[in-house]
Amino acid sequence: MTASPPLQTVQGAGHDPAPAPRRRSLLRRQVIPGFTLSMGITLGWLSLIVLIPLAGLVIRASGLPLDRWITVLTDTRLLAALRLSFGGALIAALINGVLGLIVAWVLVRYPFPGRKLIDAMIDLPFALPTAVAGIALSALYAPNGWLGSLLTPLGIKVAFTPLGAVVAMVFIGLPFAVRTVQPVLEDIDVELEEAAACLGASRRQTFWMVQLPTIAPALATGVSLAFARAVGEYGSVIFIAGNLPRVSEIAPLLIVTRLEQYDYVGATAIATIMLAASFALLLVVNILQKWNRDRQGGTR
Amino acid sequence: MIDLQQIHKTFGAFTALDHVSLSIPRGRMVALLGPSGSGKTTLLRIIAGLEHADGGTIRLDGQDATDLSARDRRIGFVFQHYALFRHMTVADNVAFGLKVRPRDSRPSKSEITDRVNTLLKLVHLDGLAGRYPTQLSGGQRQRVALARALAVEPRLLLLDEPFGALDAQVRKDLRRWMRRLHDDMGLTSVFVTHDQEEALELADDVVVMSQGRIEQIGTPADIYDNPATPFVYQFLGNATRLTATVQGGTAHLNGWQLPATAPDGPAVAFIRPHDWTLEDAATGANATLRHASVLGSSLRLDVTLQDGQDIEVDIRRDAGQAVPAAGSALRLTPNRVAVFPATA
Repeated sequence: MTASPPLQTVQGAGHDPAPAPRRRSLLRRQVIPGFTLSMGITLGWLSLIVLIPLAGLVIRASGLPLDRWITVLTDTRLLAALRLSFGGALIAALINGVLGLIVAWVLVRYPFPGRKLIDAMIDLPFALPTAVAGIALSALYAPNGWLGSLLTPLGIKVAFTPLGAVVAMVFIGLPFAVRTVQPVLEDIDVELEEAAACLGASRRQTFWMVQLPTIAPALATGVSLAFARAVGEYGSVIFIAGNLPRVSEIAPLLIVTRLEQYDYVGATAIATIMLAASFALLLVVNILQKWNRDRQGGTR
Repeated sequence: MIDLQQIHKTFGAFTALDHVSLSIPRGRMVALLGPSGSGKTTLLRIIAGLEHADGGTIRLDGQDATDLSARDRRIGFVFQHYALFRHMTVADNVAFGLKVRPRDSRPSKSEITDRVNTLLKLVHLDGLAGRYPTQLSGGQRQRVALARALAVEPRLLLLDEPFGALDAQVRKDLRRWMRRLHDDMGLTSVFVTHDQEEALELADDVVVMSQGRIEQIGTPADIYDNPATPFVYQFLGNATRLTATVQGGTAHLNGWQLPATAPDGPAVAFIRPHDWTLEDAATGANATLRHASVLGSSLRLDVTLQDGQDIEVDIRRDAGQAVPAAGSALRLTPNRVAVFPATA
């Protein structure tokens, strides 16, 4: 079953009449109409909403003299805040990856009474004003709160500690993990499991060797979205974290603090660092995913 | 040797299998043939352990396997859409069944590699070991699925519509190749199909199913020549269904008197298009030609019998023979007739 040679090789390129000029071919040869208009709207809108504000930020920051950069970058208060923002977000995202997978798994695979209700509740962290979430969480985890009063005797302090920040980050990140994994889990072919079973694989082997690799790209997307969300989270964290400088203060709060002190340059510098770090991390995740897709032959 | 006794399965109010019994001797290739909804795929899945029967027993090589899980049955299953693991290469797909074995019975890495290479050679896919399933054609994917199922040395190979998703030419080639592979490797296999040509060409035994029941089991020749029920007659090959009346062991139909075992009363008679003899109409015509068409070496006649029933007749045609004109009177005699009581 060898494929016949593609047609192009049959026609000698030299003998053909010169092809018509191909200028604007990208625009003219589109089968789907409306490319010019929709592309224009896309680029214009993206510029207005995303690119121009971000560019403005970078331009402002680039006016900063080098010695100011060094002062800003070596500020231990800032470094501690960045560590909490990124480190806490990472921990929260990983927790959300594991628990989000379990939640999505249960919602997709087992019919049980109240499933629809629970499914709808997953979106609450999306919809709830984050300040409300923060207040609720800190009331819950405060030493005299419902959960806090149970944890305090065990020596676990959640409210007004870095741990509190992570709890808030888990809360607001959960829907990202669940909602990206869920549709992929729904699409997984039951036959894959059956095939694995016929080949003698145990349930556990089937999960680790067949199902998890199949959903891994979606899970990675979910985790990176949850991570990105947690890095930028402000409202809910500041209520529960206590905001002790160098201990439980997050970077976005530090920006607000600088602004309140009319230190616009300092605020811009922190913002730029966060922007660069987030961008780099998301880029890495995307490259990893592309690599993974290519490895599997592209079409999915 | 696979032995099924009284397998029963319902899905809600729908009876998928109605007390089916079937045994499959070692080394045979068996086709489960039937229209969609006849229960053939359900039966296959129950044999594999992917579906649980509501009642009945399954014995594999004399040992009761009714409650054995799919995992412990050592039955290879090739899915209609192959169900290949997309994130694994062809070689990893084939090696899967060996890699998941418990440590004490797992072959060593190099043994697995050897075995995978042998299997890939067998299915003519050596050289594609490093590809991913999405980079393969339909026929290639099917052969990967086959190699993967064979890797665990199953005692029985099950194939669900194995050629269903392929285009006509590939299907023909693969069919022949599959039959050869079955014989060369000494496999025992069961495949599901709704294509009678496929079943007749490929199988040693054909099991014709309808509405959750087995209508007939037999060799292809058996099934074609001596269909046991009106359903088999209509489903396999072309047959014209005619109404007749039976009286005292004789069926009366369009002036013919035909031997019949059916009880007295209304009956249905089945006659295949090539089971007619065309005689000289001068001795008394009993039919009228509506249309004649030349199909290469045979002549297809659309005929109306004197009693008003329409039939199809295929007769041999010699080169240069004149084609009878529409409207001409014919005298036809049936060579083989099967008469069943008209219950349905």
